[in-house]
Amino acid sequence: MCGIVGLQLRDSLLRPHLGSLLSQMLAQVCERGPDSAGIGIYGDPTFAPPGTATVSLLGVSSPGTVAADLAAALGLDATQVVMTGAGSTTVAHAPVATSALVLAARGLSDLTVIGWGDDLAVIKGVGHPMAVAAAADLAAASGWQAVAHTRMATESAITVAGSHPFSVGADLCLVHNGSFANHATIRRELKATGVTFDSDNDSEVAARFVAAALSDGHDLEKSLRLLCERFDGFYTLVVTTHDSFAVVRDAIACKPALVAETPRWVAMASEYRALAALPGIEQARVFEPGPGEVHLWSL
Amino acid sequence: MVTVTDSDLVLDVHQVGVRGVNSALRDLDPGTRVRVINPGGRHNLAVGLDAAVDVRIEGPAGYYIGGLGKHADLVVDGPVGWGVGENLMSGSVRVRGDASQSAAASAHGGLVMVEGDASLRAAVSLKGATLAVAGSVGAYCAFLAQAGTVLIGGDAGAGLGDSIYEAVVYVGGRVGDLGTDARIEDLTAADVAAVTALIAQTGFDHIDPENVTRVASAKQLYHFSTHQHGAY
Repeated sequence: MCGIVGLQLRDSLLRPHLGSLLSQMLAQVCERGPDSAGIGIYGDPTFAPPGTATVSLLGVSSPGTVAADLAAALGLDATQVVMTGAGSTTVAHAPVATSALVLAARGLSDLTVIGWGDDLAVIKGVGHPMAVAAAADLAAASGWQAVAHTRMATESAITVAGSHPFSVGADLCLVHNGSFANHATIRRELKATGVTFDSDNDSEVAARFVAAALSDGHDLEKSLRLLCERFDGFYTLVVTTHDSFAVVRDAIACKPALVAETPRWVAMASEYRALAALPGIEQARVFEPGPGEVHLWSL
Repeated sequence: MVTVTDSDLVLDVHQVGVRGVNSALRDLDPGTRVRVINPGGRHNLAVGLDAAVDVRIEGPAGYYIGGLGKHADLVVDGPVGWGVGENLMSGSVRVRGDASQSAAASAHGGLVMVEGDASLRAAVSLKGATLAVAGSVGAYCAFLAQAGTVLIGGDAGAGLGDSIYEAVVYVGGRVGDLGTDARIEDLTAADVAAVTALIAQTGFDHIDPENVTRVASAKQLYHFSTHQHGAY
């Protein structure tokens, strides 16, 4: 099954409430994916303060040690690398270029980088989605955009690394409900071009494909249309960048997707019940994207 | 039609859960009226009803609402998820909002009414029931529909009536494109009478029975043809 919720806030007055709104939405899709969950948040000042680079990490057992190691690698004072714990995930930020922080994090053993960017924090965990959200104090988060996924694992094991979102480019997130039929073929093709993978998950292949298309110079919409041409299977996807929010459905619209839009926000969810508590939902334009459609909203 | 009074029985989904509501509904005597409150988008509400009870679900509901029902009349005051009235046998389900995918899927009898729009695959594999949608329907409506009637007040999406058998579709608005083996047929006096009766039954009187498009099977897929041998 799997559940997806996503929210892009156009109205800055709502942005302090991003976490509480997303948390309410997430609570309504837990039955769709009770085994693990993940969240991508854009613009939270605790996880990703303006003017810093942020990297989300799995495998941090001693935050102080990792902060010191990162600081040493970056030539910073240890106090300049700030670690925020969120259950299985630790989010680090530092006043350096994003690429430098990612490189430093990858240089440390036993860590997995699960997301990075100027604005993005990615939090993953196994267990009940609301426990994952609570460990990250999601309800207190703020920002302009967020996506969350509840997973019912089918294609690969229940692991933290196998939780969505898959974030394999700066400020890029992909979540997926469904299963791809030809992911192994595309994985081989991407590997042949030098792309490396963190998990056996089919959805990671889609994320790597989109990241590769973006780095080839295509815009997000074109990259997602290329994905629709190349991938066979069932999929509803939400793909986000630092200022864009996209919803994609497969050619027969096999997996659910509802979009609601008002002048203040755009939201996507697997079921209407996740949208029902959003402010102004009564006046929202609510629709289901059609088969093979790509919908994209940019701030 | 369900009429609600203050003395109606009330079942609260928050308090007794979906199973509690469904088991209470199945114990009701014919003629009972009941309000189901705080549905909260939960799935499988009011499935498998087997008596002439009047049920009103007050709020948004989830998947398979009213499925498998016999004799009962159900109203949902809000949108519903996938498969409303799935496999309905008799009675009625009325949605005062939009319906997501596969409305009235495989329904054998009775009447499913949607006051808003219905999404993809409405009336998929319909087996004798009637689906009436005041608004528009998404792609693949009446796919593989074997028997029964579909009335659409608005427009129909792509692939209407793909591989349809004996069911008939009437469209008040635009027909996007037809599915394989579906064709537009002339409207007869019997069609106008059938649509007129259905409008009276549903109250969807924005539909003009003289100005609907009849879509039914061209019947070219009923039997294997040696002309298609090369395709196998």
